[in-house]
Amino acid sequence: MKFSAKAVILASAWTLSAGLAQAQTSITVGSQLEPPHLDPTSAAAGAIDNVVYSNIFEGLTRFMADGSVVAGLAESWEISDDGLTYTFKLHDGVTFHDGTGMDAEDVKFSLDRARAEDSTNAQKPLFAGITDVTVIDPLTVQVTLSEPNGNFLFNMAWGDAVIVAPESIETITSNPIGTGAFKFADWVQGDRIEIVRNDDYWGTPAKLESATFKFINDPTAAFGAMMAEDIDAFIGFPAPENLPQFEADPRFTVLVGSTEGETILAINNKMPPMDNILVRQAITHAIDRQAIIDGAMFGYGTPIGTHFAPHNPAYVDLTGNSEYDPEKSKALLAEAGLADGFTTTLKLPPPSYARRGGEIIAAQLRAVGIETEITNLEWAQWLEEAFRGKDFGMTIVSHTEPMDIGIYGNPDYYFQYGTEEFQAIMTELNSTTDPDARNALMADAQRNISENYVNGYLFQLAALGVAKANVVGIWTNQPTQAIDLTAVYWAE
Amino acid sequence: MFRYALRRLSSLIISLAVASLVIFLVVEVAPGDPASYMLGINAQPDTVAALRAELGLDVPRYQRYFDWVSGLMRLDFGTSYTYRTPVAEMISDRMRVSLPLAVYALTLSTLIAFPAGIYAASRRGKAGDTAVIGLSQLGVAVPNFWFAMMMVLVFAINLRWFSAGGFPGWEKGFWGGMKALTLPAISLALPQAAILARVMRSSLLDMLDEDFMRTARAKGLSRRHALWKHGVRNALIPVLTILGLQFSFLLAGGIIIEQVFFLPGLGRLVFQSISQRDLIVVESVVMLLVFAVICVNFLVDLAYAAVDPRLRTRT
Repeated sequence: MKFSAKAVILASAWTLSAGLAQAQTSITVGSQLEPPHLDPTSAAAGAIDNVVYSNIFEGLTRFMADGSVVAGLAESWEISDDGLTYTFKLHDGVTFHDGTGMDAEDVKFSLDRARAEDSTNAQKPLFAGITDVTVIDPLTVQVTLSEPNGNFLFNMAWGDAVIVAPESIETITSNPIGTGAFKFADWVQGDRIEIVRNDDYWGTPAKLESATFKFINDPTAAFGAMMAEDIDAFIGFPAPENLPQFEADPRFTVLVGSTEGETILAINNKMPPMDNILVRQAITHAIDRQAIIDGAMFGYGTPIGTHFAPHNPAYVDLTGNSEYDPEKSKALLAEAGLADGFTTTLKLPPPSYARRGGEIIAAQLRAVGIETEITNLEWAQWLEEAFRGKDFGMTIVSHTEPMDIGIYGNPDYYFQYGTEEFQAIMTELNSTTDPDARNALMADAQRNISENYVNGYLFQLAALGVAKANVVGIWTNQPTQAIDLTAVYWAE
Repeated sequence: MFRYALRRLSSLIISLAVASLVIFLVVEVAPGDPASYMLGINAQPDTVAALRAELGLDVPRYQRYFDWVSGLMRLDFGTSYTYRTPVAEMISDRMRVSLPLAVYALTLSTLIAFPAGIYAASRRGKAGDTAVIGLSQLGVAVPNFWFAMMMVLVFAINLRWFSAGGFPGWEKGFWGGMKALTLPAISLALPQAAILARVMRSSLLDMLDEDFMRTARAKGLSRRHALWKHGVRNALIPVLTILGLQFSFLLAGGIIIEQVFFLPGLGRLVFQSISQRDLIVVESVVMLLVFAVICVNFLVDLAYAAVDPRLRTRT
């Protein structure tokens, strides 16, 4: 007993000192995945953007929390009448964290590096239309495109298009030098990354003095860390089943927002019998989206009927094309000559939407006579087998890139659609800059894939987070992968 | 003793050579490519090829094997594909957590198990013995991660004595580090202690029936005295075996506990590297663990010889 009494005193002394050390000018943010390295221009990992987007690195333009694109390092721009030349005027007096100035040469370096032959930029297609980048003067840079691209300013807002400096590119993976409101301070691999305020920032300075990103992969551990108040916020909270508990607790607020993640039951359009549109239609009518949202996501998520984010103004609600109707599904199967059903594979990557959702979908499909053999795959296996090898009947994936309906134009993309009809819509969309005409074309594209039942469109992934009740300014929506802390502060 | 050590040493080297080949083959044939993992689903094939070339993945397998092994001999573990930092650095960072955790847990489990085992053996069949057996039964049956979660619930969430997890780093102070490792070490130690106590008890009881124990009692030693003076030493051999196995398990097998307490340890590094197909990290860490296991076994063998002189001459 003596020993445990001592332990109590020691332990309380520890907690006390920890409590005193915590000031309200810093924040500790939890997130599930640790970035492999810190160069957002040479990997697809969203975890990198979580830490560096807008905090450390900035691009010519940037996303705001509502998904709109505003000026970033470019103060203003002019677009030539033919839509081929963009002349960017850069902000004056911007410096990188190492003290070197940011000018037109850095912009040229960054864009040329991203589109180079040996580029390892994961979103290289964003830069594909660029034919030339010319420095006019230190604060003016001209970008020439091969054909008009209505998405160009949007593309430049991606984390993969941030401006980096040739002076610090060698060490960017471990010591990122950007222009943002925070500077990189420390990385304890496997545990946390620390950033501190950049006092020489060119724009509105950050309100916090420092911030720590803590990486907690396990859902139960995430819950424990939040409950024990070891962390102040958790973005991308992995245990939706625990959110009601946080909602009931006055110490916390629950953040529910939208993401760009269209979660789909991808169907191999070239594999019999799914190469038959009737079969694909039958699959989509067999699926009860709400049951999947309730069962796999604990009610968080918005049903979708096409590959487009519902919060986008151009979104068309096409869920009616594939409403839950098992009888119709059976009739369609019979019409396709498969009255007795058929068997195919369902390959599931690790996220819980896929693993939990997959079990529910398998049960729903079984009810109309479609048997699925479920295989759980690691991401690396999934990429090799299903994505690159196209060895799958069906799979469940959330496509988190913003505005990525264009993937349906590529006949080699894993679900193998890419009809000429769809490609024609995309070509026209790319050369159209008038907003109304663009919206109409995007609606056409959405209808095209919905009516051809390319995939089963399930739901838009919700952005789930938990924060202490007095944390202000954290993004609720996830228009791009980012935990932008530049405007975050503690309410009194 | 010297020849005995030499014999053990040569078998150690052969084991390592075989292990390196097996590890390399197993890891390399697993499907999945680190470059396409890193670049995600929008990457173009030429981008993936460029990254593969940058990472040195485009050279033939056998060449990579020889590069890796010759690197290992120079203590150069190569560079991680995903983190782009030297693997040796990553391993030594993680060892700063895993090694103290393993030693901490092993110390705790020994401190619990030895007295408990000896106590139970000396009270054979009595209430104290039954209590120890019952508790150890429970300790073996309860999974350590469940126990870990319960401790987080009680000591971190309700009582707020400890953090729910994480590791501040030794540079922030020794006691802070030890505090962060306390709940994980207890979670790891208790099931191990339960096993160890049972082995200790039964091994001691076996000794009690031996002739030399009867002789010791006959020459006038009390039961407890005989147990301490002659029994414990002889009972240590099976206990040492278990202890050696446990240490290797604790070093690498803390994966789940490291997940529960989000500790930046070796187990989590392996776990992450496997999912990211960071092959060179997986290979090097596993190789290191094999090395550690073989070395621990080697030390255990030497310890046997120290405990039991007969082993020194036997082949």
